[in-house]
Amino acid sequence: MLSSVFRRNKLLINSNLNKITSCQYVYHRKFSDESHPDFQPKKTAIPTGMEDVLKLIDEQVKTNNIMLYMKGTPSKPQCGFSGQVVRILNAIGVSFSTVNVMEFPLIREGIKEYSEWPTIPQLYIDGEFIGGCDIVSDMFKDGDLVTMLED
Amino acid sequence: FRLLTRRMSSKSASSSAGPVAAAIAKKLSDAFAPVFLDVINESHMHSVPKNSETHFKVVVVSDKFDGVGALQRHRMVNTTLKDELESGVHALSIRAKTPAQWSKNSTVPQSPACLGGSKHDQKQKQ
Repeated sequence: MLSSVFRRNKLLINSNLNKITSCQYVYHRKFSDESHPDFQPKKTAIPTGMEDVLKLIDEQVKTNNIMLYMKGTPSKPQCGFSGQVVRILNAIGVSFSTVNVMEFPLIREGIKEYSEWPTIPQLYIDGEFIGGCDIVSDMFKDGDLVTMLED
Repeated sequence: FRLLTRRMSSKSASSSAGPVAAAIAKKLSDAFAPVFLDVINESHMHSVPKNSETHFKVVVVSDKFDGVGALQRHRMVNTTLKDELESGVHALSIRAKTPAQWSKNSTVPQSPACLGGSKHDQKQKQ
């Protein structure tokens, strides 16, 4: 179970968050409840100011090859459009990182400003904004998404 | 050009295009002079109150998209509908085609089923 979580649905980890001193929310590194201390949930803080949020997002998209901002999680999406993008990525068979914007309102607003794109989901590949569900779906149908991911 | 503003649901006989749908149709027709335009209120497919105007699909066929990539086409539509997207439209599915593309393929994929995310937003507001 744990290996499948990492293989398919690597959840986002940001070790640089500890540098940010002004914090309001926390999020959890989600693992199964194994007994080994290395796998215990660790709480990390996220910033309150939008400038810090934008820096965080910038780091997220640049350090994760495939980065999806979605509603819900890959195993339990809370939006049909987000779920469709997850199904596409799973169908291709790539590992990808996600942020559940329902848990992080600041990131939900921040990603819209960062991308200059008003809706969720939002997919980034190698730091480049690809688009939302419609564009990702069309690219998948045309074969362009697979080509891009192979490159 | 053909302009269609769909009713929210065939079940709701008394419903007609709401003010948001009408505003979307007007802005898109003014901006793109489309040969075909369809504004579909899909709010009834989501966990939102009855008669909501929060989830839309728009089909815009215009030669203004000639030579423009998919991402930029969507940005053009998003910019045109900026006010609506900032004030209540929660989801916007866009089909932006040139007349040549539309004549080859005029099918519009069905939007995916709601998974309850809007319910979460309703609870957050309360």
